[in-house]
Amino acid sequence: MKSLAELEAIRQKTLNKVNLRRESEGTRIAVGMATCGIAAGARPVLTAFMDEVGKRNLLNVVVAQTGCIGMCRYEPIVEITCPNQEKVTYVHVKPEMVPRIVAEHVVNGQPVMEYTISAAEK
Amino acid sequence: MNELALYILDLVQNSVSAGATRVEIRITLSRQDDTLLIEIIDDGRGMSPEFVAKVSSPFVTTRTTRKVGLGIPMIRQLCEMCEGSFAIESEVGRGTRLSLGFRLSHVDLPPMGDLAETMLALVIGSPDKPDFVLTYSAGGGDPYVFDTAQIRQVLDGVPLNTPEVLSWMREDLNEGLGQQDPFS
Repeated sequence: MKSLAELEAIRQKTLNKVNLRRESEGTRIAVGMATCGIAAGARPVLTAFMDEVGKRNLLNVVVAQTGCIGMCRYEPIVEITCPNQEKVTYVHVKPEMVPRIVAEHVVNGQPVMEYTISAAEK
Repeated sequence: MNELALYILDLVQNSVSAGATRVEIRITLSRQDDTLLIEIIDDGRGMSPEFVAKVSSPFVTTRTTRKVGLGIPMIRQLCEMCEGSFAIESEVGRGTRLSLGFRLSHVDLPPMGDLAETMLALVIGSPDKPDFVLTYSAGGGDPYVFDTAQIRQVLDGVPLNTPEVLSWMREDLNEGLGQQDPFS
């Protein structure tokens, strides 16, 4: 079993980083986690974003969940809001798409247009 | 949905939306009795008897973005398909208890699936509130208990959705659940 002492060590180690996270105005990644999202495969997408953000040690990014925005046929849907930019809506997101979205959009500020809802609606 | 763990993820979201501060997920498996019981117990705002009476209808939801609500009707159908039982007890201001029974060996019963990822998704989605308590008992031996209240206490202000904390939880869940009867 994992020990709580190990958890205490994590606390010591991450305390400073947590304060950094709180201070910075960041990017928000929201994954739709209503029944429609979950049934379409949102769970591995949510954890893939979290893993990618952790792997890259991105301190100013929040991974969150959102409800149903009424476009169930496009689930899994992910909305990304970067500071001073318009919200970008990605549709039919799969875990394999996550590293590219994080690298190009979240890190470098260039949305992956081919995965967005505007590309899907054409 | 092809995993019981996905139904659980979906149903616990109802407890989160109901403003619960603590949600218990109790999974009890008995090979001897050939039963599986999943209970979801929250201290959220609860439902009126009138709402409980109609909540199994696919045309009832609290959402305004769509007119159908499939979470409860789908799990109810699954319980009935698997020769099990379905019950909701709820009281306004006190909370809700969902009791889902299944015949363990029923051919239509989906596998449990990735319960660890379901718990992680719940924590990522709602890191501040509520606390989630998973108790998995499969007869014989101690049950596995995962309790975010306990974890939160040790972390003393470090959020649950810190990547290092999530990795710790994933290992704990996989290790703890791995020692239980897998049934899949």
